[in-house]
Amino acid sequence: MTALTVNGVWKYYGDYPALRDISFEVQPGECVALLGRNGAGKTTLLKILAGLSRAAKGEVRVFGKDVMDRGSRSSFGILGHGIAIYDELSAFENLKLFAGLYGLSDSTARANAWLERVQLIRVKDSLVREFSRGMRQRLAVARAFIHSPRLLLFDEPFTSLDDKAVALLQSLLSESIRGGATVLMSTHQIREAMELATHTVLIQKGRLIHSGPRAPEMLSDPTWIYRTYGEE
Amino acid sequence: MTRFLRQTWIVMAKDLRSELRTKEALNASLSFALVILLLFSFAFNPTSDLTREISGGLLWLVFAFAGALILNRSFARELPNDCLDALIASPVSGAALFTGKALASYVLLAAIEAVCLPVFGVFYNVRWTQQPLWLALVLLLASWGIAVVGTVFSALTVNMRLRELMLPMLVYPMLIPCLMAAMQLTTPILAGEPVQGDLMAWVRLLIGFDIIFTALAVVLIDTVLVG
Repeated sequence: MTALTVNGVWKYYGDYPALRDISFEVQPGECVALLGRNGAGKTTLLKILAGLSRAAKGEVRVFGKDVMDRGSRSSFGILGHGIAIYDELSAFENLKLFAGLYGLSDSTARANAWLERVQLIRVKDSLVREFSRGMRQRLAVARAFIHSPRLLLFDEPFTSLDDKAVALLQSLLSESIRGGATVLMSTHQIREAMELATHTVLIQKGRLIHSGPRAPEMLSDPTWIYRTYGEE
Repeated sequence: MTRFLRQTWIVMAKDLRSELRTKEALNASLSFALVILLLFSFAFNPTSDLTREISGGLLWLVFAFAGALILNRSFARELPNDCLDALIASPVSGAALFTGKALASYVLLAAIEAVCLPVFGVFYNVRWTQQPLWLALVLLLASWGIAVVGTVFSALTVNMRLRELMLPMLVYPMLIPCLMAAMQLTTPILAGEPVQGDLMAWVRLLIGFDIIFTALAVVLIDTVLVG
């Protein structure tokens, strides 16, 4: 079954079409880098893929289910621009909260295991508002992975991460992909993304310009895709 | 159903825990309510019959204004770090998210009322314990009405720049039937008059208001949240 089907998606902000007839498919186990300049429509598309915004036209299906169907929501994890962590709760309370919302029966054990994994177990009962930026980012990564999602939707996941968090996120993403998970991430950090990406999708001014397997040239030349398929 | 109740409980417990840690809404709401009660006690002679006649109206105006301060925080609490996105993208149903948040606001509003009632009794020389069951029923029904309507509009106004101003402007007109019924019932209850005859129509209005607006909110909340 296709992991993600995007079929004829349009989105308008007022009269302006932010997305114009976007269609592509992502197969299970693929890691797709969603590329495009600022304002191309990457975040708008990711919001629609995560069910946070409705498309004006078209449909999005996650493992065969309409993305607006709540039943499809437990199969994906998101990490957006905001870290989606509550400052006034402790690290443990945050992870237990999301484990509970995803209906995990072993929420306490799962929260502790992930705190161990992201090296925050020693401060598990401290409030997040007392955490450094790097610690908050690692907790956000744990939050996105805690329910072992089959599809990961990440919006510029490497932006403003410290080196420890980048390494952690790359290792978790690699591990998830090896385990059969599907990843779709928008990014400007093409070098980091190309280490993981198997496919690329390029959007320009709301239009899909290119979709296909990652070209070998992209590993050594991050701007190759822009020069080849679109504007420099 | 179990899943709905579990999700509702998790959302409610999270909101209450957050509020008890920060006390942002509680402190503002309680201070506001006590100050208004104190100021009005200076404006009226607490021994006069007039004071007792307006007691129901005064009490519910205080609760409605204090409630707006609590309800403003209901969805605004989710704005830092884009927490609302993570909630919407999770498998939690809109109905469970709404009900959990409405219940959390309801508990906080009930706490404000529990503190204000004795203070009101002292300042205005009113024996508010004469018909405790009827008073409790009116408080429960009207407070739920305030919590339900306020939570929906809190979701609707959460991304507005002037949400602190917009919420009361939108909520109070919608609450007129609920507040009117609560005022019409509270005044005779505080005066020790039996609740019967025409007064029962106001009780039915409160029950009907709660049922209709709860059902509407549960049906519409997904549209309000995702657009």
